[in-house]
Amino acid sequence: MSKIHVTTTINGEPTEFLCAPDNTMLDVLRGPLGLTGSKEGCSSGDCGACSITVDGRLVCSCLMLAVEAEGHEIGTIEGMAKGGKLQPLQQKFLEHAALQCGICTPGMLVASDALLRKNPNPTEEEVRFWLAGNLCRCTGYDKIVRAVLDAAAEMRR
Amino acid sequence: MAEIRYLAPRSLDEAIGAFAAAGSAARILAGGTDLLVQMRSGMVAPGVIVDIKKIPEMTTIEETSDGGFRIGAAVSGAVLAEHARFGKVWPGVLEAVNLIGSKQVQGRASAGGNLCNGSPAGDSVPAMIAAGAVVTVQGPNGRREMKVEEVPAGPGRTNLKPGEILVSFKLPPRPPGSGDAYLRMIPRTEMDIAVVGIGVSLTIKDGVCTAARVGLGAVAPTALLVEPAAKALIGTKLDAAALEKAAEACRAACRPIDDKRGTVAYRIKTAGVLLKRTVAIAAKRATEK
Amino acid sequence: MNVVTNNKWIGQRTIRPDGMDKVTGRAQFAADFNMPGQIWGKILRSPHPHARIRGINTSKAEKLPGVKAVVTAKDIVDFPIEKGAVPLGIQDMRWMCRNVMAREKALFPGHPVAAVAATTEEIAAEACKLIEVDYEVLPWTIEIEDAIKPDAPVLHEWNKWEGKPSNIVGRLEHKKGDIAEGFKQADVVIERTFTTRPVHQGYIEPHACTISVAGDGKTTIWSSSQGQFMVRAMTSLLTGIPQSDIRAIPAEIGGGFGGKTIIYLEPIATMLAKKSGRPVKMVMTRDEVMRATGPTSASRSTVKIGATKDGRIVAARGTFYLQAGALPGSPIRGAAGCSFTPYDIPNLLSEGYDVCSNRSKVAAYRAPGAPIGAYAVECVMDEVAEALKIDPLDFRKINGAKEGTKASHGPVLPRIGYIETVEAAKASPHYNAPLGDGHGKPRGRGVASGFWFNAGGESSAQVNITEDGNVVVTTGHPDIGGSRAAIANICAELLGIDYSRVSVIIGDTQTVGFSNLTGGSRVLFASAMVVTQSTEKIIQTLRERAAKIWNIDPEAVKWENGAAHPSSPNAGQFEPLTLAELADKAPAMGGPIGAGVQLNTQGADGGYGTHVCDVEIDTDLGIARVIRYTAVQDVGRAIHPGYVEGQLQGGVVQGIGWALNEEYIYNKDGKVDNAGFLDYRMPVCSDMPMIDCIMVEIPNPKHPQGVKGVGEVPVVPVMAAVANAIYNALGIRFYSLPMSPPKISAALDANVKQAAE
Repeated sequence: MSKIHVTTTINGEPTEFLCAPDNTMLDVLRGPLGLTGSKEGCSSGDCGACSITVDGRLVCSCLMLAVEAEGHEIGTIEGMAKGGKLQPLQQKFLEHAALQCGICTPGMLVASDALLRKNPNPTEEEVRFWLAGNLCRCTGYDKIVRAVLDAAAEMRR
Repeated sequence: MAEIRYLAPRSLDEAIGAFAAAGSAARILAGGTDLLVQMRSGMVAPGVIVDIKKIPEMTTIEETSDGGFRIGAAVSGAVLAEHARFGKVWPGVLEAVNLIGSKQVQGRASAGGNLCNGSPAGDSVPAMIAAGAVVTVQGPNGRREMKVEEVPAGPGRTNLKPGEILVSFKLPPRPPGSGDAYLRMIPRTEMDIAVVGIGVSLTIKDGVCTAARVGLGAVAPTALLVEPAAKALIGTKLDAAALEKAAEACRAACRPIDDKRGTVAYRIKTAGVLLKRTVAIAAKRATEK
Repeated sequence: MNVVTNNKWIGQRTIRPDGMDKVTGRAQFAADFNMPGQIWGKILRSPHPHARIRGINTSKAEKLPGVKAVVTAKDIVDFPIEKGAVPLGIQDMRWMCRNVMAREKALFPGHPVAAVAATTEEIAAEACKLIEVDYEVLPWTIEIEDAIKPDAPVLHEWNKWEGKPSNIVGRLEHKKGDIAEGFKQADVVIERTFTTRPVHQGYIEPHACTISVAGDGKTTIWSSSQGQFMVRAMTSLLTGIPQSDIRAIPAEIGGGFGGKTIIYLEPIATMLAKKSGRPVKMVMTRDEVMRATGPTSASRSTVKIGATKDGRIVAARGTFYLQAGALPGSPIRGAAGCSFTPYDIPNLLSEGYDVCSNRSKVAAYRAPGAPIGAYAVECVMDEVAEALKIDPLDFRKINGAKEGTKASHGPVLPRIGYIETVEAAKASPHYNAPLGDGHGKPRGRGVASGFWFNAGGESSAQVNITEDGNVVVTTGHPDIGGSRAAIANICAELLGIDYSRVSVIIGDTQTVGFSNLTGGSRVLFASAMVVTQSTEKIIQTLRERAAKIWNIDPEAVKWENGAAHPSSPNAGQFEPLTLAELADKAPAMGGPIGAGVQLNTQGADGGYGTHVCDVEIDTDLGIARVIRYTAVQDVGRAIHPGYVEGQLQGGVVQGIGWALNEEYIYNKDGKVDNAGFLDYRMPVCSDMPMIDCIMVEIPNPKHPQGVKGVGEVPVVPVMAAVANAIYNALGIRFYSLPMSPPKISAALDANVKQAAE
């Protein structure tokens, strides 16, 4: 199948790649781009493990064609910590033991980050409903919600 | 492993030309939250994908001079939510559009896609029906308008003609004292497909309901406009008897199936329960303004 | 063994050693690994629930450009049924070889019948479609009540029950006293029958592996599992490659909950790699995970409990039928063996029946079998307590098992903490708080208890002091929920050094000694033992080295705060020698410092929990929501409280999913109708309240740190706690799961109708 050349920005870096027309963004991130932090849990938009941002907006990378990245800014988990320094959400996830197996963690962090950018002072209920598209089977969500609320509080300081 | 072509036309005419030329092998890509799942599962194998998101008319929200709204068919739920005025005028439509999937899905999914996907359970459809929304479709033979309730033809099918593309939704201006609401029943609190969904739009003057529309989803092969339910509400003070009559009209309109998401009996019962609850919210909104 | 006191690190909520990689996306899970030159494997699966395979023609597939290898059951080592069991852990290789690839018959929709490796995933999938399988389609049976009927289609004709071919493939019995006599003494006897649906472990990471087989047979497996040694052993048995030639590297594992204690892909990928000469990668889709990997059993249980007016249970009987799926092996031991263990019951008969049917073979799921049994027993306990007008926690306390109780499954119980969990639940803020106003939605509260065996078994560890005086611990158990952090806490504690100086890694099969599965709530119990003994050996070496340097007796050297000190002024006046100093002097003083210990660990005590659940019901729609939940558990000793709470909270939420919405739904063709996250309906974040934990710490006297397994108990009581809470809210008992909205709604309607008549 003939490939399409795509020019985009990923985590602030100008990036080019070739993809098939039916490749998803997740296929390209995990394959040729080697950004395996975005995980494939379902390929149907039901688990959120592949969450990324496109021009700052939260999406499932399994539900987006890679060719659609042309001219847009993509953000993935790999771009969250800057210069080796963890973003407060990442730090709070560690402090609160908000991950067990860790497979949902990148998606949870990307989704939580998108929430806090939009709403720096969410209630517990707002966090829970925002994260409803991110399945976690290990934690029962308790510590994840606490970590997000704690990170929000710290980021407001 | 058939060859797939991806096209991202910049104009509607270009899109229609490409879409019509490709015939039945073509699929329109708006948010892609249904299309990509169908492609991945092997349900569809399009030869041409026409991405309509680079067409301004399909991605913009316009408040018309008469106070109505024109929403591009590919506008995502998240973008609609960010519009300064839309959610104030049509809170029920907005909440319906933003019940489609997760926050991630809302970042992509559009009311146009939700309607054209043809699922009887699409959340935005009953709310759009209740709102009295009209869609503009355009094809090789020009433009025409259809009422939203005329678009679905059955599960996975629409009444769009070959080559036609859904362009936009037009929502009418709101008279004073109007309110709308959408409620659905799902087993969890999020992430499920509606077992029953109900959209209600009301106008109330001096405590009396002067106009009403009721849209009902997931209980028949297509989402329905339930005119008897609206009639039961109009001219009343939305008292218990009127609500029960409207609920009965909704139950009577149901032609559901038993499936993995609910039983016939449960869906019929729920349609009545949700009618009452949805009317209460819409009425509150109508009288708060 | 000395129990460590005045701890600095044990009991601390340290940052897990693997945490940084996991919050930055760097951690490598199974599907994240690639090998140069790799190709892709795909599986052709049976569309039929039950069909004899008369022949397979792969020639068209082999000719498709890009196809590099095709395998069928011929390529997988056979373990003939008539030759008898070939056990590997709790599995029998006769069943494993048939589960990995159908042999005589396809036994469920999704059963692998062939596999292809090709240069792309798409070509491999296309080639699968070109394989021609000649099926003789057979009648099928899925549900237990159908499968045990005398005229049911029989999956395994060789299996006889009461002299006739049958789907009942196993029975287990625990007996104590005389139940007939016992029930005669009872003032209240309640007997009920319960059913549960199959539920999936629901790990977010699909099964995946990348495998290379070199020309000389040296095989490298990169996959995620609950045991790299299990992967190696099973792959070895099913491919004929000796274990010494198979290096199984454990990737980070994205959830298992028991479901990754067996393998599906590795032998197939190994044979594809061997035949093609190329590394082969295979990744299951979610659809494949749901259709073809083991959910737990559906069940049908009848439980009868008799008690006297003063609240003493005098007799109990449980009969548990569990659905094994395509091949034998349902967890009847957990159902029949665990369910009555929290109680001291003089007369008891508990039986389990293993029933085959045409669905995917059962795999372990968190305390396998125990939640199924506890659901039935704990609901009947609630009814008996109600009939006796005794508080349900008091009823459990009156009958609670304690040290010296002879458990139904055999052993005399050691010092256990069951009654303490009941007392803590009774004293909890939750149990003493009013239910609150549901604003028209009835609320209710329920309680339930649960027990799980917990396991010890084989573990190995190597602890090495680095040349710069820090520590590397290597163990052999995949870390599924933070065990590395707890191991680091223990090692830092024992050595008296800062936690950050201890690195903990999981070794592969060829670099660390045999270690059994991550399962049975055994990992920290067993790892802590071998790491403790290794570290103690190192401390002994360090004392000897210091003694040598100081020229005094090693017995006169003590190890404290990360340094050797003279044990008393009598021993002499010396400046302490730190770990770093001793490491620096190591080459001159006898060489590298390190120690390894390998044990078959013993002394794992069972775990007990008692839960309190509040629900609120939307009666018009039949929706039950859990609004408050407290899990009380005897955790032995919480080495890392954050990850212990995490086990409790995660187990509870899985149980709530099982109770309210999760279930396998089969269509009229015998296929799973909800094989995806959308319609399988695991709990999402907005469904749940915070899950409160009360950790009761009764240290295990047979463990150096007092550790008891904690991972499985928390799912055991949940479905009963939720069911009892719903009864408390509505006055309606539910005897089948899930308690989904249509079911609750129908029961409410039936109640209204009954009242009207």
